[in-house]
Amino acid sequence: MFLFRLKRTVKLGSKSLWMHKLRSTLTALGIIFGVSSVIAMLAIGEGASQDAQEKIAQLGSHNIIIKTIDPPDDQSSGGQQQTMKEYGLTYADAERFRNGIPNVQVIVPNRRLPQQAQYRTRRVSVEVVGTVPWFPEISSERLKYGRFLSSTDVHYKRGICVVDEKLVRDLFGFDDPLGQDVKIAGDYYRVVGVVTEQASGKAKNNLGEKDATGAKKAGANLGCIYIPLNTVQNRFGDMTLQISAGSRSFEKVELQEIIVKVSEIDLVMGTRRTIETLMARFHKKSDYEITVPLELMRQAKEFQRIFTIVLGSIAAISLLVGGIGIMNIMLATVSERTREIGIRRALGAKKRDIIFQFLSETLILTLSGGVLGILLGSLIPFLVTHFGQMRTVITMGSLILAFGISAGVGIIFGLYPAYRAANMDPIESLRHE
Amino acid sequence: MQEVDKIADFSKDNGTPILKMESLCKNYQLGTVELRVLREIDLSIKSGEYVAIMGPSGSGKSTLLNMIGCLDRPTSGNYFLGDQNVAELEDDQLSLIRGARIGFVFQSFNLINQLNVVENIEVPMYYQGFTEEESAERAMELATMVGLGDRMGHRPSELSGGQQQRVAIARSLANDPLIILADEPTGNLDSESGAEILGILDDLHAQGKTLIAVTHDESIAAGAERVIRLLDGRIKKQEYNKR
Repeated sequence: MFLFRLKRTVKLGSKSLWMHKLRSTLTALGIIFGVSSVIAMLAIGEGASQDAQEKIAQLGSHNIIIKTIDPPDDQSSGGQQQTMKEYGLTYADAERFRNGIPNVQVIVPNRRLPQQAQYRTRRVSVEVVGTVPWFPEISSERLKYGRFLSSTDVHYKRGICVVDEKLVRDLFGFDDPLGQDVKIAGDYYRVVGVVTEQASGKAKNNLGEKDATGAKKAGANLGCIYIPLNTVQNRFGDMTLQISAGSRSFEKVELQEIIVKVSEIDLVMGTRRTIETLMARFHKKSDYEITVPLELMRQAKEFQRIFTIVLGSIAAISLLVGGIGIMNIMLATVSERTREIGIRRALGAKKRDIIFQFLSETLILTLSGGVLGILLGSLIPFLVTHFGQMRTVITMGSLILAFGISAGVGIIFGLYPAYRAANMDPIESLRHE
Repeated sequence: MQEVDKIADFSKDNGTPILKMESLCKNYQLGTVELRVLREIDLSIKSGEYVAIMGPSGSGKSTLLNMIGCLDRPTSGNYFLGDQNVAELEDDQLSLIRGARIGFVFQSFNLINQLNVVENIEVPMYYQGFTEEESAERAMELATMVGLGDRMGHRPSELSGGQQQRVAIARSLANDPLIILADEPTGNLDSESGAEILGILDDLHAQGKTLIAVTHDESIAAGAERVIRLLDGRIKKQEYNKR
């Protein structure tokens, strides 16, 4: 009975909307744009958020990253070029962390150097990472085949290395890298393993721009070659020669970064403070920087929340305007059809029949607007991704939300006109010209 | 349908009173002036009767008809439809009675322009819960009965006045009502079409419908069994036509 009524009411409603095609279309446009902007904005917001979250997550939510940065030149030099500059994290720092900080799972000191690697006749720029065997614990790289560095490698300062897939592509082409020798700065290193590409490389660049290896930052996406830390220390020393604007200067930097992995996520912030205190005590110059991915993640979430609210409000306003447009048209329709309402009332229509009739018209209008809006709204993020190189994610939730909103708008803005129609005096309505 | 039987279960036997008014008054508030449109109306109409209500403009004929048709409620006094006091009924119940027991025929036809002949006849059935097939079938039957079998898909604007009024009569019959109320049914028609419409109304009366018509037209009055003459909201005179 109810379904049958619904079917006929919908039929009647569609018919009278169809009779005013232009008017109905223009009215629905308000909803179409409103809904599509809700979907598009949520998709863009969600995409940006996921992007940021992912990049940060690759840095590790349990990690605290302490990086060497080139300290600002102190005034004491008075324009005179220093020939020797010593700054940054030291092995002593790593040792202090190991002894002085509780709740630490692992500590990974890294030495990073820009170098040229050669295999047969091919030479490419690489980033040499002097590291420790437990490096994989704090990193998102995964071993593809072979093995990672072992503690005996470190102990005996072996001339071996692990390369990443990027380097495999750049340097070895189709050759099997395992067992091959790579020549770096005159020494040979045998490849013992291959790890996945450092996907977080991009994120690291974004997050820690001022890094001691600033000069080579230009070639951000270099292949990585992992060598035992002791080997690096032994063969490359701590000195690097910087040639800039025709003058030479030496830099002594022991470690480019120390990554501390905290055992419990709740202890990350506390450990960060301990590290800050510790670093402040032993470093007079501000030649380090502490990054906490967890903190960044929280900030990103907070930023995302505000972003969503702003976008949501804009979209909501456009929906509101659309809704007002619908109400306006429905009020005009009601007064235009006063006589019809009178006739229907005289022929036995109850008030709720009239409410149902006009409400269903509004709902047909808003729901079809909603459906079209969803289609358009799904197209926009696609175009944004395609032309704007921005990541967008359309969630099922946003579709349901948008559809729900358009239904809600229909009910809210349709009720008053329908109510007005139903409460007109039948006798007056019948007399209406 | 059960609900309407509960509130408007009239005797269908000819001769029993189908409606009764007791000192019924209707006032309208026009700004600060109170307009007394109906004053102390006492009236009883029997089932199957053919009554014409006549009177000059402003005498309250249409208001009386609206009152009988449950479109309006009395300011004071009682109005019984069968055993039911209309003043006590709720809006929805009045709608039910209008839909199931009363058929309206208006001077200006009052068809819905967007709908064709069959769809117009279907409107009252729609509110009584007929299925689509039932109502379409009955609407076509009625359209044929009033002689519009070949015009069923036409819109009101494509029909002559007489044809439109025939659609309206067919529509008033859709739910097989007990009472047919006609408000100047021939008022907008030429004499030829008017005569046709009167013929149809006479047939309905012959079939046992209670027929109440408001009119200026003496020829309708001549065909009625009783003529009620109103003046200034009061019943001035009732005449019984001899047959």
